[in-house]
Amino acid sequence: MLWACILLPQLALDSVLRRREDADQPLVLITGPANRRIVQAVNPPARALGLRAGQSLATAQALAGGFTTVEHDPAATECQQQLLAAWAYRFSSQVSLHYPRALLLEVESSLGLFGPWPRFEACLRKELKTLGFSHRIVLASNPVAARMLANAHDGLAASDAELTRAALAAMPIDRLGLPADAATAFSRMGLRHLHQVLTLPRETLGRRFPAQVQLHLDRLLGLRAMALDCYLPPDRFESRLELNFDVESSQALLFPLRRMIEDLAAFLAGRDAGVQRFDLFLEHAEGADTRLQVGLLAAERDAGRLLELARGRLEQLTLRAAVRNLRLSAEELPAFVPLAGELFSARAQQQQGWEQLRERLRARLGDDAVRTVGVVADHRPECAWRSADLPATCAPGPAPRPGWLLEAPRSLPLNGLRLLAGPERIESGWWDGGDVRRDYYLVETAAGQRGWAYRQLGESRDSPLWLQGWFA
Amino acid sequence: MGAVVSLDGLLDTRRVWKGRPVVEDHGLQPTGHAALDAVLPGGGWPAAALSELLLAQEGAGELQLLWPSLARLTSAGERVVLVAPPFIPYPPAWQAAGVDLRWLSVIEAGSKESLWAAEQCLRSGSCAAVLCWPQRADDRALRRLQVAAETGQALAFACRDQGAALNPSPAALRIAVDSKPAQWRVLKCRGGLAPARPIAASGRTG
Repeated sequence: MLWACILLPQLALDSVLRRREDADQPLVLITGPANRRIVQAVNPPARALGLRAGQSLATAQALAGGFTTVEHDPAATECQQQLLAAWAYRFSSQVSLHYPRALLLEVESSLGLFGPWPRFEACLRKELKTLGFSHRIVLASNPVAARMLANAHDGLAASDAELTRAALAAMPIDRLGLPADAATAFSRMGLRHLHQVLTLPRETLGRRFPAQVQLHLDRLLGLRAMALDCYLPPDRFESRLELNFDVESSQALLFPLRRMIEDLAAFLAGRDAGVQRFDLFLEHAEGADTRLQVGLLAAERDAGRLLELARGRLEQLTLRAAVRNLRLSAEELPAFVPLAGELFSARAQQQQGWEQLRERLRARLGDDAVRTVGVVADHRPECAWRSADLPATCAPGPAPRPGWLLEAPRSLPLNGLRLLAGPERIESGWWDGGDVRRDYYLVETAAGQRGWAYRQLGESRDSPLWLQGWFA
Repeated sequence: MGAVVSLDGLLDTRRVWKGRPVVEDHGLQPTGHAALDAVLPGGGWPAAALSELLLAQEGAGELQLLWPSLARLTSAGERVVLVAPPFIPYPPAWQAAGVDLRWLSVIEAGSKESLWAAEQCLRSGSCAAVLCWPQRADDRALRRLQVAAETGQALAFACRDQGAALNPSPAALRIAVDSKPAQWRVLKCRGGLAPARPIAASGRTG
C-alpha cells in the first residue's frame, strides 16, 4: 500500500483566511486567557509588519497597528479538517485523521483511476489551492513514514519500501515524532540522523529506551502495521459561518455563500451524492433566523450551479435585519445520477440541458413558473385543462376547440357578430357544485377573429354572448 | 470565346460577391404550409433566427400558422416553450393539432421577466422553439432574442401587435397575420425578396 500524507501547516489560519474577502490584509490569530493573549499565527502581510507567532498581543500592538485580530477557534478548525476529510474521501476510501493537521490517504488503489502519482498529486494540489489551504504532500510506503517525512519534505514521492527507508534514514532524529526525551537522548548520544540509530543493535536499543520507541521505529520502517481509524463521512452536511460583523445587504453575503457552497460541493463529490434541497439560515442578532429554502427538481452537485440557484433566491430576499451568521444545512443527500447527454445530438451547441434551464427559471421566477399543460376528461372547458407536471392525454373530441382559452369569460357584444356554428350544448358539473349549462357557438367578429362563445341556457337570444376562447 | 466564364465558376472562386450573408444550413424548418414554404427563401422558417408574427388582433390566427411546425417539433421529441402566453393554451385543441403536450412547456412570467426567460430558453440550446409575446419590446430587445436564437440554434417566434410593423426590426422573417381576410403577408425575409402577394391562410375551416 502507498500512503499519501497531506500536511496542513497552517490549518487554523487558512480556515479563517479562506472565508474572508480581505485575505491580503494583515491578520493575526490570537489565543490564550484574557490576561495573557498570545499571537498564535500570522499571515504573510502581518509577518511583513514584523509580527511573529508567539508574541504577546501587547507586543504585537506595540510593533504595528492596523491588523485584524481573530480569536482562534479550535472547534471551527476541527470542522475544516472534517471537511477536508470529506473532500479527500473522493480520492480514496481510506482516509484517516489520526494525526492533527494532517490527512492520511491510501492512494495505491486510487492510482488506477486518478492516473500516475505525479498527475494525481497535481490534481490534489490544484483542488487544495482552490479550497484555500496551504499544504505539503508526501508519498511513502506506510502512513507513519508519510506523516514524518512530511515534517521535512514537500513533494517527496517514496514509492516503495526501499525509497522510504532511504528517505527516512536521512531524516534528523528530532523530526521523526519520537517521544521528546528519547529524541533528546539520541542527539546527546551523537546520533543526529536515523541511519545512525538504525545501525545500533536492536537489543541495546530495547534495553536503553522504553518499548514505545522501538515500536515507533518499527512502524516508521513498516515492520509493524499501525491500525488507523478511517474516516466515515456523515449523512448530512452542516456548515456555519460567523461573519463577525453585521451584513445589511444580500450582495455582501455572496462571498461567504460561495465558500459554503464550494464546501458543500466538495463534500458531495466525496460522498458521490447530490443535493436536492438545502436550507440557508441567516441568523440575526435578535429574533428568529431567516430561512431560505433552495429546492431543486433533481439532485445536483455542481458548485457553480448551486450557487447560481441560491443566489437567485437570495437576491429576491429583503433582509429584515442585519445578518450575523450564515448557516447552511443539507439533510437529504440522494445519490447523484449524472445526466446522460446525447453523443450525436442534433443540437451540437447544447450548452445547458433542459433540467438545468428549468432550475434556473424556477430560481428566478418562482417554483411554479415552469409548467406543462395537461388534459382532463371533462366537458366543461374551464375544467378540461390543468397545469401539471406530467400531462395526461385523452382522445380529442370531434367538435373543434379553440387554441386559446381566456382566463375568465368576457362579454361579447352581438353587433357585427356572425354565428358560424352551434349551438353545442355543454351541460355538466351538477355533481361538484360547478354546474354548467351552456350553448356554445363558433362566432366570427367584425374584425375577422374566430371566437368560441356561449350563452347560458335560458337567457334570451339577444343577450350578449360570453367569449371563452379564440380560434387563433 | 475564352472570355466566357461560367457563373458557377465565378461564384466558386469568390470573385463575385453576393449581397447576402451565407445562409448557414441548420436543417430545414418547413412551416407545414406548402404555399408559405414556396415563397420563403429557405423553404421554411429561418433556422436559428427570430421570426416575428405581427397580429392584426388578438387571436388573429397565429396558432394556425405555427401549429404544424410545433406539432412536427414536439413529435420529434424536441421541446417547445411558450413564455408568458396571453391566454391559456387549451390542451384539447393543441392535441387535436398534433402537438405532443409532453414536450410543451409554459413559463409564467411578468412582462419584465418574460424577455429574460425567453432569452434564457433560446440561449440554452435545449429548446427547439420558443414563443414569446413581447409587449413593448424595442429594437434592442428583439436583437437580443435574435442573437440568443443564433447561439442556441433555436426557432424564436415573437408575436406582436401589427402596429409594430412600421418599425424596423432585426428579425429574419416578419409575417403580418391578418384576420379579415384571413391571410399572411410576408413583410421581410432575410435572404430573399419579400413576395408582394399575400398568402391565403390555410387551416381555417368554415
